[in-house]
Parts: sequence; structure tokens; C-alpha cells
Amino acid sequence: MHFLTRIILITLISAPALAESEATGKQLYNTYCTQCHGIYGDGWGVNTRDIEVLPRDHTDSGEMSARSDQELFKAIKHGGQAVNKSILMPNWDANMSDAEIDRVVRYLRELCNCEAP
Amino acid sequence: MIQPKLFHLSTVTLLVGVISGFSSPALAEKTAKQFVETNCAGCHALSEPESSTTTRIRERKAPDLYYAGNKFQEDWLIQWLQSPTRIRPGGTFFGQNVVAAEDRDIVPKDKLPEHPAFNASEAEVAASYLMSLTPYDELISSTAYVPKPISGAMGRMNFTKFKGCVACHELEKGYGGISGPEVHTAGSRLKPEFLYSFIKNPQAWAPKTFMSNLHLDDSEVQKLSDFITTLSKE
Repeated sequence: MHFLTRIILITLISAPALAESEATGKQLYNTYCTQCHGIYGDGWGVNTRDIEVLPRDHTDSGEMSARSDQELFKAIKHGGQAVNKSILMPNWDANMSDAEIDRVVRYLRELCNCEAP
Repeated sequence: MIQPKLFHLSTVTLLVGVISGFSSPALAEKTAKQFVETNCAGCHALSEPESSTTTRIRERKAPDLYYAGNKFQEDWLIQWLQSPTRIRPGGTFFGQNVVAAEDRDIVPKDKLPEHPAFNASEAEVAASYLMSLTPYDELISSTAYVPKPISGAMGRMNFTKFKGCVACHELEKGYGGISGPEVHTAGSRLKPEFLYSFIKNPQAWAPKTFMSNLHLDDSEVQKLSDFITTLSKE
């Protein structure tokens, strides 16, 4: 098969599969964030029983509207310490790509029903 | 929980005609493989999945076993298969079992499936096959970890306050986070090299795992591994 034809075919075949496997912000949040931030994002996840610093309540529009998208992105990617918060919030840079973290930030705006300052 | 239909080893041993040893290594291997495929594959991945996705992490029924031989200590595996205890307090993926309770999210005990128990010869046969699953030999051989004694108090401080591992992992029964596997038996459960390697780079083992990579240097990974190893000796 001609090389170019093969490339076109592979692109055509793999493109829909890639689109399907792309996790939404909500799916990523459910995978990585709800363990501490809770299934409703209210900060009362399953891990909060013995935790010394409570996770952020993502439904608190007052608190969340004071945080810029860049700050939220930084906290997710590099962890709580990167924004002078708790070490209990780890860095998720190895778990999610920048594009995925962007989707989580957008989902956080849905959860808080608020906008960046 | 729907229990997998158990394939009793007695059926196999009757056919083979031996209990403590198989007539040929090839037959023993085939039988062990058949036993594990029949009893374990319903819930556990025994070969590497075609793709790693967060959906798979959220929906899989049980932890992956396709690198069991790189991960577990065989003696522990044989014992555990005979009297299984819960390693992941919130279940394989906590999100499958979590409910919002009055104060906080909880995982009700009755939502967690029990693992079947096997008799001693079944456990040995299963473990022998599982220990042959070693696709990540290179990750193990490239890890030069030798456990060293550590101050328990310092290790505990490091695990809880400095590194924050306690947010997701129980360091003693009933204390710590429940979304990750407990670590108080990890030292006897896991190969030391696996423990070290997984802390150093979890994604090398499980690309979509919900364990974060803290980018720790070797001495920091050593300290955490030593502390976890110490816990299982207490």
C-alpha cells in the first residue's frame, strides 16, 4: 500500500477511537479528585476521616470565585504547596496532561457555578 | 457479589493423579494457568490491557494481576489466597462503592465484595502461575533498593506530614485514607523493588493509576520504602 494512503487510512481509523477515549473534566475529577474532595465536590471525600487539613469545597462559589483559572491549574498540576496550600493535595502532573487539567478546571467552574475573578 | 465459578483443583489433581507434584513441568504450568484463568480472570486482568484509560481504572472489578510476579512476594501470596484480607479499604476503585452520608462520603462495608479463599494446594498452584507473570522485569532489575532500618517516629512524620501519603493510604488499620491500598502490610506483601519503583514512578507500572508521582529523589523514596517495610515488621 502506498505510504501516504496508509497514513490517511490509519488517521481515519484511529481518529474516532482517540476521541472516544478522551476523558471529560467530570470523568477526570471523578477519577482523581473525588477521593478527597467528595463525590459532590463539597470537600467531604472518603479520605477526610483522618485528614488534618480539609480539602477545598469546590461548590463554595465565594471561595472558588476568588481563585483564577491559572491558580486552580497550578494547584492541580503542581500540588497544594505550589499555591501555598496543604501538601495533602498532591501534584497531578504525571496523571493528567495540561489539556486534561484544563478540562478539570472547566469542570470546577461548573461545580462552583462561578467564574474566575 | 457474583462469585466466579470456582474451578476446583481437586478436579485437576484427579486427572493428573498427584497432589504435591505434577508429572511434568509443562503439565503443571498448563494446569496452574488454567486454574488461574478459570478462577481469577473474571475480575482481574491477567494480560496487559490494550489501552489504559481512566474509564478502565474506574470500572475494573479488581486490581490487575498481569505483573503479579513483579509485584508480590510469593510466600505472602500463598498465605493471602488462603485467608484473604482487605488491602484496599475503599475497594478496588472507591468510586464504585462510595455513597454520600450525613457527615461525609463513606464506603459502606456491605458494598465491598469478599475475595474467595482457596485451600493450600490451590493457593500454591495459583501463586506459582501468578509469579510467572513478569512483564516488568526491567523495572525490577533496574531498582537497586536494599531496605534499611529507620526511625519509626521520623518515618511516620514523613509519611503523614511531609509527604502527605496518609491522605490516601492507611498506615495502620483504621487510620489513614481509604482510597489507596493500605501500607501496613505492604512490606510483607510487595517485593521491595516493586515498592520502591512504584513510589518513584507509579505511572511506569500503571499509566492511569490515581496514585500521584511526587517526583521524589532516591533518598526520599528510600525513606518512604524503609518506613513502609518497617510497618509490616511491627
